[in-house]
Amino acid sequence: MNVWFWILVACAAAYLTKLLGYLVPRKWLTNARVARVAGTLTIGLLASLTVANTVATGQEMVLDARLGALVAAAIALRFKAPFLVVVIVGASAAAGLRLLGAA
Amino acid sequence: MPTDLRHSPGARVGLSIAVATGLYGISFGALSVSSGLDVWQTSALSLLLFSGGSQFAFIGVIAGGGSGAAAAGAAALLGIRNAVYGMQLNALLHPHGWRRFAAAQVTIDESLATSTGQTDPVEQKRGFWVAGLGIFVLWNVFTLVGALAGDALGDPKQWGLDGAAVAAFLGLLWPRLRSREAGATAAVCALATVLAVPFVPPGVPILVAAVVAAAIGWFGFRHGPEGEGLEPDVDPYPGPQGRPGPTNAPATR
Repeated sequence: MNVWFWILVACAAAYLTKLLGYLVPRKWLTNARVARVAGTLTIGLLASLTVANTVATGQEMVLDARLGALVAAAIALRFKAPFLVVVIVGASAAAGLRLLGAA
Repeated sequence: MPTDLRHSPGARVGLSIAVATGLYGISFGALSVSSGLDVWQTSALSLLLFSGGSQFAFIGVIAGGGSGAAAAGAAALLGIRNAVYGMQLNALLHPHGWRRFAAAQVTIDESLATSTGQTDPVEQKRGFWVAGLGIFVLWNVFTLVGALAGDALGDPKQWGLDGAAVAAFLGLLWPRLRSREAGATAAVCALATVLAVPFVPPGVPILVAAVVAAAIGWFGFRHGPEGEGLEPDVDPYPGPQGRPGPTNAPATR
């Protein structure tokens, strides 16, 4: 399947999910368990995406300049840097480490 | 009597959060083209999907060599929290007719947080619409700027854009790690990802982690703080003491 198809699937799913909140009877989603799953899903997916983008290269685990980007971003976040600054710090760390010869 | 729009606290907060959030559309645009999507596909995600976390998830899976199906799956699962936000906003703002369909599209972390941070119903409405529509416009403009810039950059690795993606995901995760339960959930899901990487195709480890996360939410941590994981990426009301999560705000009125 081509990428456009899956982009449109993702967009439709996202909109219908948002709309669902406005259309279904309240009690369906006020269930504490549903709210908790929505919360843990968000945390779990973001944690997974962070790790996968740091160490996975295809099906292999590779430690390279991306690990430096992770550490640098964590330090920036620790000092309450705004999101865009964190992203730039991550890019600079990876680019800098590559200049120094890291993979 | 409501204050006029120029002095409205809801509109003012909405506008400042729109600028802060809209700007980081640049990073999405640049990372999206470096993941292999073209400028049109990148803009389509910002226009139609319009949910930062889900958009980053989609391109994060594609960048790692994952299939379109895995990317769409990760994006859809990360968007589930928006249904909970929609329910809260419906109870808070009662949009009618076509407004309900427009409100749904701009239902995101920041518009919810801006709205629930106000106490006056008029301000809640203004906060929601100014933040939601403001972010929509700026996010799309800056996505395009980032995409065109990213296209001109050449080799994304030389510029450390893979490191930027890592930083972006950590930046989205960070504000959500306010409790021990949230930290434990993140750690378990990170571990599940690492264990799954060698055994399944790229992108699928993220879906494995989603299953683990859902199981933790469904079966575990009965007594964790309400609404954890549902914090906005950018806090509209930053203060020295922080702020309770948006779902702790009174949504039932």
